[in-house]
Amino acid sequence: MSGATSSAPSSVVGGVVNADPDVLIEVRGLCVDYGLGDDAVHAVVEADLELRRGEVLGLAGESGSGKSTLAYAITRLLRSPGVITAGSARFAGSVNLLSAGQRELRGLRWNEIAVVLQSSMNALNPVLSIGTQFSDVLRAHRPGMSRADRQARSAELLEMVGIPADRLSSYPHELSGGMRQRVMIATALALDPSVVIMDEPTTALDVVTQREILEELMALRNRLGFAVLFISHDLSLLAEIADSIAVMYAGRLVERAGASAIFRAPRHPYSLGLLSSFPALHGPRRAMEGIPGSPPDLRNMPSGCPFHPRCGYALDRCRSDPPPLLELDAGARAAACWLQDGRVAVPAELARPAAAPPAAVPPAAVPPAAVPPAAVPPAAAAPEAEPTGGRS
Amino acid sequence: MTIIPLDRAHTPNGANGSRPVLEARGLTKHFPVHAHRGAGQAVVHAVEDVTLTLPRAGITAIVGESGSGKSTLARLLAQLIKPTAGSVLLDGAATPGRQQYARQVQLVLQDPFSSLNPVHNIRYHLARPLQVHGLASRGTLDAQIAELLERVALTPADQFAAKYPHELSGGQRQRVAIARALATRPRVLLADEPVSMLDVSIRLGVLNLLADLREREGLAILYVTHDIASARYLADVIAVMYAGQIIESGPAAQVTDAPAHPYTQLLLSAAPDPDRAQPPSLRGRGAPPNLIRPPSGCRFHPRCPFAMAVCAEERPTATAVALGHASACWLHATGLTTAQSRPLRKPPQEIHGPQGPGEEKQ
Repeated sequence: MSGATSSAPSSVVGGVVNADPDVLIEVRGLCVDYGLGDDAVHAVVEADLELRRGEVLGLAGESGSGKSTLAYAITRLLRSPGVITAGSARFAGSVNLLSAGQRELRGLRWNEIAVVLQSSMNALNPVLSIGTQFSDVLRAHRPGMSRADRQARSAELLEMVGIPADRLSSYPHELSGGMRQRVMIATALALDPSVVIMDEPTTALDVVTQREILEELMALRNRLGFAVLFISHDLSLLAEIADSIAVMYAGRLVERAGASAIFRAPRHPYSLGLLSSFPALHGPRRAMEGIPGSPPDLRNMPSGCPFHPRCGYALDRCRSDPPPLLELDAGARAAACWLQDGRVAVPAELARPAAAPPAAVPPAAVPPAAVPPAAVPPAAAAPEAEPTGGRS
Repeated sequence: MTIIPLDRAHTPNGANGSRPVLEARGLTKHFPVHAHRGAGQAVVHAVEDVTLTLPRAGITAIVGESGSGKSTLARLLAQLIKPTAGSVLLDGAATPGRQQYARQVQLVLQDPFSSLNPVHNIRYHLARPLQVHGLASRGTLDAQIAELLERVALTPADQFAAKYPHELSGGQRQRVAIARALATRPRVLLADEPVSMLDVSIRLGVLNLLADLREREGLAILYVTHDIASARYLADVIAVMYAGQIIESGPAAQVTDAPAHPYTQLLLSAAPDPDRAQPPSLRGRGAPPNLIRPPSGCRFHPRCPFAMAVCAEERPTATAVALGHASACWLHATGLTTAQSRPLRKPPQEIHGPQGPGEEKQ
């Protein structure tokens, strides 16, 4: 492994480790290439990620940012020419998913780690009824189960996601897109996994259906306590549903923080640009710029920070040295940006206080309709503790 | 309470209140389908009685979910398909011949990955409309192509002209598609989901380009989208479609800030919005209806939390709720009898915000 930037991987090298029992998946220094040798495209570079028990971790990024590749790598679903070249991904502090054998993986897949893919149309078998597909999962992973038990569990699963049990005899083409996606979620939950990885699960759906499914998903999460790695390009959606968010750009993790901290106080210029690419539903209409240029070609990456050609704040240093993921706020968040290493003055947009609501007006000017003052903590003590609703 | 047609609702806001460039009157499109369980010749009621005006230098957004008929409407306006009923008027007159019409009204499609031909370079794509419409002379063709590319901010133009579609990013391809549409110097641009296939960070660039074209060249633009936030950002007027009908229209900020129709309220309550203080509660559930046998009366009534007896029987007409803002909903009508206004089903538990529909109309 060539990564010389952080000392973190060494602490997990030998066998069973330090391990916070709350950390379900711990990814360290993950590198994934497509192709071999000099032609290899570095799709994921030195990614560090932690998924905690019961949390919803949003993984945001545009197409080609490596977010799906990362998920495929840690579930070992990566297909050739994808190659994992370095790193580790511990499940529950012990098994390294990246080096586990097929038998070990088979024990973990679906039982502990389930996957929901974007295109439910392609994921469901068109010539088998929904019920058959449920029982196939149960028969393969729960050999002891009787036929009647399988049937009962299938019905229960379907009702769990809000579909009447009599649809078990339906075929995928008889269901709407939203229902098929619900079926996918139900199959993923069939064996009570502790982690569900969702790759753009609602992107192909209409907003109303998307919202219904997200509501159900969050209710199920609260009831069953599984953790979710939610991959999406839609940062405004993630800000609403996730507990914490990691932002990827050109294969690198560029920022990681609590969901509201990223939304209210981004520290990386790319996160800031991404957030100002979503027009708001309220307030005055104002011209927005988005991010100039387009994401880099992974075969022809810029030197230094991959974002510097599009970055309005780029320093000379950004052109030559790739920034490491710097821990900020005592490790509560991290950003890969030279602006944040304390040597230069940080622009105001990238140094907003995370705890206070955006109304940075003096107390006298607070409009009457604003939040009751008691709800606003006086200091920036706990950046992720503010009442932002929508999660528990 | 006056009843005004939805099209009139646009005039106060249409950028300069001038005569519309393109006008749809009572446009209806039914697509025949194979007999459906003995129903004989069935049709899909894709677009029903849509009246719409596109003013010069104005951007009108059509917002709707998939299957709401918004793309069919765009194709009707482009005259790629013939309406079952109703008419399209260009400058107030019946439309001229096919080629004349195409010169004035151009369509930009959703997917720039399939709307450009992979075996031809950009120069070819831009030269074709100029040649087909007889707008090019051999000497000036290159200059015209360069000018087109500059209008969509693809510079240096000579480099881009020589490239092939696969060498460009999605955003650049969509700019080429827009440049191709601009080649005939049209006065109307119909953009069908022009940014939904693009990466988030470059969407605004394309939207800003459309805003720019409206400003600089006085184009009348129809922006078809499922994303109500982007419609609010870009458009002067938003028209919301549901099950083939326009159910609400008005100034963009007003429709999103004070939605009058229960469906618009549902759409807004479902849209991602990180500013929301509380978790959203959906106002109405379910899915859009089957358009082979659309529901009687108001097509939204099976999902509407406020449905009344009259909603199942009679189609509501557009009613003004504010200046230039109209909603086709019985809740805004006056003089309903008690029998008519009897709730269709039990009122929803008051889980959502205090303001119900139609409160803003007083």
